[in-house]
Amino acid sequence: MEKFTKLKSIAADLPIMNVDTDMIIPKQFLKTIKRTGLGSALFYEMRYDEKGNAIKTFILNQAPYDKAKILISGKNFGCGSSREHAPWALLDFGIRCVIAESFADIFYNNCFKNGILPIVLPENQVKELSEAAKKNKEIEIDLIDQKIHKGDNRPFDFEIESFRKECLLNGYDDIALTLKKDVKINSFEQKKKNLTPWLY
Amino acid sequence: MAKTLYDKIWESHLVDEQNDGTSLLYIDRHLVHEVTSPQAFEGLRLSNRKVKLPSSTLAVVDHNVPTTDRSKGIADKESAIQVETLSKNCKDFGIEFFGLTDKRQGIVHVIGPEQGFTQPGMTIVCGDSHTSTHGAFGALAFGIGTSEVEHVLATQTLIQSRAKNFKISVDGKLPLGVTAKDVILSIIGNIGTAGGTGYVIEYCGEVFRNFSMEERMTVCNMSIEAGARAGLVAPDQKTFDYIKGRPLAPKGDNWEKALKYWSNLYSDKDAKFDRELHLQGKDIEPTVTWGTSPQDIASINGKVPDPNLEKNEDRKKSILRSLDYMGLEPNTPIQDIKIDKVFIGSCTNGRIEDLREVAKIVKGKKVNKHVDAIVVPGSGLVKLQAEKEGLDKIFKDSGFDWREPGCSMCLGMNPDQLKPKERCASTSNRNFEGRQGRGGRTHLVSPVMAAGAAIAGRFVDIRKII
Repeated sequence: MEKFTKLKSIAADLPIMNVDTDMIIPKQFLKTIKRTGLGSALFYEMRYDEKGNAIKTFILNQAPYDKAKILISGKNFGCGSSREHAPWALLDFGIRCVIAESFADIFYNNCFKNGILPIVLPENQVKELSEAAKKNKEIEIDLIDQKIHKGDNRPFDFEIESFRKECLLNGYDDIALTLKKDVKINSFEQKKKNLTPWLY
Repeated sequence: MAKTLYDKIWESHLVDEQNDGTSLLYIDRHLVHEVTSPQAFEGLRLSNRKVKLPSSTLAVVDHNVPTTDRSKGIADKESAIQVETLSKNCKDFGIEFFGLTDKRQGIVHVIGPEQGFTQPGMTIVCGDSHTSTHGAFGALAFGIGTSEVEHVLATQTLIQSRAKNFKISVDGKLPLGVTAKDVILSIIGNIGTAGGTGYVIEYCGEVFRNFSMEERMTVCNMSIEAGARAGLVAPDQKTFDYIKGRPLAPKGDNWEKALKYWSNLYSDKDAKFDRELHLQGKDIEPTVTWGTSPQDIASINGKVPDPNLEKNEDRKKSILRSLDYMGLEPNTPIQDIKIDKVFIGSCTNGRIEDLREVAKIVKGKKVNKHVDAIVVPGSGLVKLQAEKEGLDKIFKDSGFDWREPGCSMCLGMNPDQLKPKERCASTSNRNFEGRQGRGGRTHLVSPVMAAGAAIAGRFVDIRKII
């Protein structure tokens, strides 16, 4: 997983509530057995018409937002299906950070497994960043200090659990981290075998 | 200290907890399907890792499979590759696999309970958001992403943080014609699609105690549509009776031990919940969704909302967007909405009791001439049971297509899809834009409401028919 420390980019503003993972990547692209190459399918049905032509009014089809590394959207972003193809598509498109008032649980987890930082901010701050995005202002995300700089002297602070932060900063493979606890896991499993033998 | 059911299951699976609350949770059972697993197995191979406990995992193909004749395999090349990939992965890693022609094949959340794989007090995961279904047995069951599928395969654990407790009770009795589907749609309408975010919901009250296991599954299935990590119903005699004798249920001495353990799985009397919601069964009506989010609900006697009456700007924009997509005018009575398709099936409503209820409504009647209707059983065993009871004949005589089991038109990964602007009364769980096919318009309803709509060609108040 690629490390995430600082990110400076213009942001694309997608002011829609309840963006679901079917919207982020529709079903026909889930037939792949790879993680890569899904960027062209990102928001497919909003981005392309039925003939496959780019819909010019869609934000990610417009320069300079087609190069945005930050996406700002409405509350409950990433709801619905657990498909990790959603963060894979965002990442492949170039998005490394999504900012919203709230996220759906599974999508939020999936982001961290792929080096994407989802940031939860209060409504007024999301609105302020949307305005900055519309003016093509660069936004800088500093994960180390947990701050969002937007070209004035009033950076926003954001919260993140310390373990998730460590993993992103270092690009850790969390399976390798867990496997280091194998003695603990095995002794737990042994106890469970005694307590609930019908499960084994 | 008094504990909730969720607290009890969580604590009995906690391997490790860090200072910031990040926890390592032991996973008892893992269900795998073809769409969200290939990259996980690929990851294991690339890092030269093994599956830690292959016997805890059960795999099945469901999302991609055709529901028409399967004797010649799968015509769609990519779907066929995904199905073959799962078969090969299971062989290589020693995992039990129900393939395309296995009579036990079916939707992952139908076959788990059917096989007795799902049991109370367990932690169960699957790379599928509707894993919450299994919470009906008092198991902590939730959907995960593909990276987490790989994590569970390699370590039999998951990195998690503890959720909050949400108690939803529905008391009293449901009116005739009002079903488990109407209950969960009403709950989602009440708390919203993000209302459950960060919580595990425990469903309590007389209505849930009176529900069959299958009805409890319908409710728990859609917990994710309220944003909850999982839904739970405390196990009781109905749960134990349902499990007893199933192929993977505990046997002999183990059955007695399991029963004793399961009998302690309930929320203590004084347990504290972080949030509570109390509803009355008598207030719940047959429900139809009008928009593109499961929270967009209306009573069968209601109307499509008027965005001009909405004061919140974001919400107003959202209603306008939905109505535009759905091709609906504000204030249209729900009963005036005509439909083109009916889909009976899915992990929400594709079980034998659902099919029996539909059969009762459509027996001796004909599907409206403007409507195409299909019934897709949730599993091969559901299909066999339905045929044994003659339900297939009732459906076919009415003009329904009787299909092979799978996820089918719930998400349209196989050829069962809506065409642009086609309007469907669907017993599935999501009415998102494009979910059942690009431009397709989905109205979520109960099986009996879908049956009524199939006959009338529009939505009808099923209470006046049964």
